[in-house]
Amino acid sequence: MAMTMTQKILAAHAGLESVRAGQLISAKLDLVLGNDVTAPVAIQEFQKFGFDKVFDTEKIALVMDHFTPNKDIKSAGNCKKVRAFAGEQKIKNFFDVGAMGIEHALLPEQGLVIPGDCAIGADSHTCTYGALGAFSTGVGSTDMAAGMAGGVAWFKVPSAIKVVLKGELPKNVSGKDVILYLIGKIGVDGALYRSLEFCGEGVAALSMDDRFAIANMAIECGAKNGIFPVDDKTLEYVNGRTERQPVVFEADNDAEYDETIEIDLSSLRPIVALPHLPSNTKFVDELGEKIYIDQCVIGSCTNGRMEDMRRAAAVLKGKKIASGVRLIVIPATQKIYLDCIREGLAEIFVEAGGVFSTPTCGPCLGGHMGVLAAGERAVSTTNRNFVGRMGDPTSEVILASPDVAAASAIKGYITVPEE
Amino acid sequence: MSKSKAYVFGDNVDTDVIIPARYLNSFDEKELAAHCMEDIDADFVNKVETGDIIVAGYNFGCGSSREHAPIAIKASGVSAVIAKSFARIFYRNALNIGLPILECAECDRISQGDELEIDFGSGVIKNLSKNESYQTEPFPPFIKNIIEKGGLLKSIR
Repeated sequence: MAMTMTQKILAAHAGLESVRAGQLISAKLDLVLGNDVTAPVAIQEFQKFGFDKVFDTEKIALVMDHFTPNKDIKSAGNCKKVRAFAGEQKIKNFFDVGAMGIEHALLPEQGLVIPGDCAIGADSHTCTYGALGAFSTGVGSTDMAAGMAGGVAWFKVPSAIKVVLKGELPKNVSGKDVILYLIGKIGVDGALYRSLEFCGEGVAALSMDDRFAIANMAIECGAKNGIFPVDDKTLEYVNGRTERQPVVFEADNDAEYDETIEIDLSSLRPIVALPHLPSNTKFVDELGEKIYIDQCVIGSCTNGRMEDMRRAAAVLKGKKIASGVRLIVIPATQKIYLDCIREGLAEIFVEAGGVFSTPTCGPCLGGHMGVLAAGERAVSTTNRNFVGRMGDPTSEVILASPDVAAASAIKGYITVPEE
Repeated sequence: MSKSKAYVFGDNVDTDVIIPARYLNSFDEKELAAHCMEDIDADFVNKVETGDIIVAGYNFGCGSSREHAPIAIKASGVSAVIAKSFARIFYRNALNIGLPILECAECDRISQGDELEIDFGSGVIKNLSKNESYQTEPFPPFIKNIIEKGGLLKSIR
């Protein structure tokens, strides 16, 4: 029976010849992820139900990235709990302050997820690893606890939407614009319970960082996962990061899809998502009146990678941000942080009038390092603009690419980079 | 069988409004329940009564995977959530922690304060205030097993 790429990976991990959409399966996991918000709950449940050992000390990743370096006493207590558990259980991939980065940038960078893997994470943006041709999806803490105990998870095999990409992205347009455009087109539940399978000749021209940004936000249209075919760029990215062999799965030519959506990359323009849904999109050149901002955040699991930093720096180089705007730049991992310093990007951000922070998810979810006051508005390269997401329930978040965010910080209102 | 009052919300109720991230430094269920729905209805925790049922539109529980969201709802005394559809992670989380949820295409017929009676066996919701009844999607046996055992970890233990 013909299968999608996602279905093939799931079938292989369930030990089945084939699977069909709607089937309930139990799949073996190559990685179980948790962070400092979700892992404490998972550990409590793991212990409460009397499990004493994790299924594999090398296949669990615990990343202290959300409220770290700890923002308050309770958060510090949560990290302490995870730290103790990682020690007791001899968990190899425990990433504490100094080693940690934002989980969905860190795990691919460390080679912990590779093509063909089946991974779950107690964080909704776990779908990011689809960029590598892996099946990965977000779950809650109880699923994480069960995964840590038994190394398996139950799934309902998803049907899929085929997203055919054509052409090449224009300058100043990146993966973030592609995914915002798609979410705007199908809505925040447009892919509910389903896979987004990206394909077409347009894929080849997308960088890995573009693909990570696109797969990352698959959840924002409800998708179970968003996945890219494995090509030379993927294999080149993975090369040297792991000793494991990538496994390349391809969708069958006659695989069935619920629908097919075509996107001509060359026709895309910079786009933003206005409050309070990621689907509330508008091209920047169609905004009409000026939308002023108080803060600009450049970072997160969506857009905190090296290419994002370079894009933002290219716009900010030699410029000053507008008076009254606060610019917060947060590279996603320690490696990216260091590369920003070595390449002179850190200097550009600071000289433009911004702050340059070590990795944290912090402001994206209104945790720390840039919480908004009542009535304030931010442009942000993060992934959610729900009510109260970055702070006070009357504050607003506008989602944008690194290029648009940086250009907006300079002007003080939402705009695209000058030619 | 449970008889309860409906508490109605719209579409796309996300987990950031169910339990804002500023409270995620705790996972104590009472603390979470004290802030349940705070950013969408600041009065919810004062008005909700034990046994009440949340009724919502499409894509309930979208966004973050925080299990703190169904935990907060359950601990606030809510006995079940009925929605036109659920975001997939919330759906799993609710089942996994034993918060009853039901998908119901006709739930927009339910008004704030309507008295409801749910028969989980048959999946029929009776609206006593409007003298109507609605059929919900039955759970597959695999998921029924998780519910009957009282959550995922009990079902695999």
